Amino acid sequence: MNTLPLQNDPDSVRAEYGDRRRAAVAGMRIFLAVITMLFLLFLIAFIARSQSGDWRPLTDPAAPLSRPLLLWINTLVLGLGSLALQWARVAMRYGQRGESLIGFGLGGLCALGFIVGQLAAWWQLERWGYGVASTPSSSFFFLLTGLHGFHLLGGLLAWAVTLGGYWRGWALARLQLRVELCAIYWHYLLALWLLLFLALTSSPQTYRTIAALCGLG
Amino acid sequence: MAYAEQAEREAVHEPTSFITRYIWSQDHKVIAVQYALTAIFVGLVALVLSGLMRLQIGFPGSLSFMDPSTYYQAMTMHGMIMVIYLLTALFLGGFGNYLIPLMIGARDMVFPYLNMLSYWFYLLSVLVLLASFFVPGGPSGAGWTLYPPQSITPGTPGSGAGIVLMLVSLAIFIVAATMGGLNYVTTVLQARTHGMTLFRMPLTVWGIFMATVLALLAFPALFVSAVMMLFDRLLGTSFFMPDMILLGQQTEHSGGSPILFQHLFWFFGHPEVYIVALPAFGLVSDLISVHARKNIFGYRMMVWAIVAIGVLSFVVWAHHMYVSGMNPYFGFFFATTTLVIAVPTALKVYNWVLTLWRGDIHLTVPMLFALAFILTFLVGGLTGLFLGNVIVDIPLSDTYFVVAHFHMVMGVAPILVVFGAIYHWFPKVTGRMLDDRLGKLHFWITFLGTYAIYFPMHYLGFLGMPRRYYAYEGYEFIPQSAHDLNAFITVAALIVGVTQLLFLYNLLHSTFRGRPAGPNPWRAASLEWQTPQTPPAHGNWGAKLPVVHRWAYDYSVPGVQQDYIPQTVSEHDMHGLSADSDEEAD
Repeated sequence: MNTLPLQNDPDSVRAEYGDRRRAAVAGMRIFLAVITMLFLLFLIAFIARSQSGDWRPLTDPAAPLSRPLLLWINTLVLGLGSLALQWARVAMRYGQRGESLIGFGLGGLCALGFIVGQLAAWWQLERWGYGVASTPSSSFFFLLTGLHGFHLLGGLLAWAVTLGGYWRGWALARLQLRVELCAIYWHYLLALWLLLFLALTSSPQTYRTIAALCGLG
Repeated sequence: MAYAEQAEREAVHEPTSFITRYIWSQDHKVIAVQYALTAIFVGLVALVLSGLMRLQIGFPGSLSFMDPSTYYQAMTMHGMIMVIYLLTALFLGGFGNYLIPLMIGARDMVFPYLNMLSYWFYLLSVLVLLASFFVPGGPSGAGWTLYPPQSITPGTPGSGAGIVLMLVSLAIFIVAATMGGLNYVTTVLQARTHGMTLFRMPLTVWGIFMATVLALLAFPALFVSAVMMLFDRLLGTSFFMPDMILLGQQTEHSGGSPILFQHLFWFFGHPEVYIVALPAFGLVSDLISVHARKNIFGYRMMVWAIVAIGVLSFVVWAHHMYVSGMNPYFGFFFATTTLVIAVPTALKVYNWVLTLWRGDIHLTVPMLFALAFILTFLVGGLTGLFLGNVIVDIPLSDTYFVVAHFHMVMGVAPILVVFGAIYHWFPKVTGRMLDDRLGKLHFWITFLGTYAIYFPMHYLGFLGMPRRYYAYEGYEFIPQSAHDLNAFITVAALIVGVTQLLFLYNLLHSTFRGRPAGPNPWRAASLEWQTPQTPPAHGNWGAKLPVVHRWAYDYSVPGVQQDYIPQTVSEHDMHGLSADSDEEAD
């Protein structure tokens, strides 16, 4: 009774997705604000906890993050994934379906590679005797990298669905919206990772300064 | 509103099978009812728990199975369920889902699939929580604030599986609330119909919108504390757990900060009060305006007060922690912000009263509940001013005065609004009226009964009767009169509890046998009462979205015969209306 005629001409599909795009991008931004709040609170807890007497920094000369080569490689991989998705996004704007598929696929694979790399970093920490419960700093390392990885896995779920959309021949506008959302999310998670990387490998002096500025010292 | 223009062209797929229509439904109205029924069910569980606790306090030893552990478990589950799984879910998931799209003229939420997921995650969180009743050791008995170290220390009831299920359930609930919240905020911002500017939205939408923003920003703090406590409990980390010697043995934890948990918890916990209160403020504004046939007094002021309360609610959290000890300057700061938040809140109360002033007050059941809300919120708010001050709070903090305060302000007051709003919107949801006589009976027993319960508790608090105790025999400072009063409170609580069955019967009976309501039984001006069908069909608005020409509060407008003007009536239509009425007058 309330079913309206579905408009099939391409212009109207594009217009419809133009408007869905606004809602979807707005929703995505709000979601990113929520994640920001989440990690901000984790970082405040991290800084507060770092001021207690039993804090052993992971960046000590004998600790696993004194030369975090693996984490640099992971960062590079995640950055490449972000670039690839941006490529897919731009290609979509020019209607280059095939080209965007390559970029899109690479972006997801890079993210998978990043997660594998992070798991390797976990394994390294375990092997150094810095397991999750060994020191508060390594607890935070596992906690923060783990939650970041979880968010990336959620993104990979959306990525997989969209990849299926390429196969199933979704309309270009629909595909474009999904690719765009994935790209935004990937860029955000890259920025978040950079922040976490910085926070996790900073020196105790930096923590003390931040804590003093926050009145936590 | 380019979006709305496009929305008209969007196909509206009406679900055809029973399963897609009522179970895996993506229709905001069905999801709202699912949310509401689940919340009411779990709320009844919490109500029964409170009855058991009152029996123990009023008539010690009357329940053979009630030992201290059971008492604390009942207390913990009662608090957690009422605050989060009943009130938050009912206001945002229930009323938010039902009313936002209808009040702003949208066909549905902007992300219907996410909306459906939100409900199913909520149901899952409820099931996980209830499962903790059936695990070895029972549910957590740590108090609803779950303070470490005791919440996960062996010896506390439910520190085994109970606390784990509680924390997991909270995490799932937060995922559900976030999915719902993204929907409500984006829908309000993006899917309003033609002419529905932000400052033409009913205050209900404003209240729910702001509460959702608070939920999106505050629930992460609870998520952080839940996840970190799970790590402490399951993986042996020491985020919150300090060095402890338990039964002569050093525990595996060391160096953690229990105070850190309290800060995180209350950074969520205080906004949570307003996550419950702001929707109540919004709903009650609309009830008062409709049933007093008068425009809401100071609409813009009301909106800005909602926004101001929302912002301020993030800088008052440590007033829950005065007894935990803090720098006196911090205490001064938080006492000041706490008192400042009373300003926009009092402003709202004045505006409700000024809306009633010389209004054409109809003492319908929703109006009775709205009036009772104003009184109750006033009482609870005033005791809040007492407790906001450090020096008054410290002696009263661990007494029944606090129990009376928070039950008045965020237990009874919002629940009165829930009842009022259900009596008000039930005709739109089902097309039938709730029974008026049963409603009035339900109102008077609930209203007077809750006062019989909580008024005496203020006095018990001044006497120094400590809260959280399992039994009060053998304390010299507690006089016999206090025990008598406790028995009286218990009787009142049981009567109020049983009376809620009347309400449930009314809901059930009226859904099928109630008097048909027609599209707009209260002659209300806001958009949800102007739907082409009642109850609204899938897609809400038929072929064409409504066009809004005015705010939602045009009641008793001078020079107009009809005592309300629906939001969809334009100035042009108005000329037609008044011309007609002139002719009739001739």
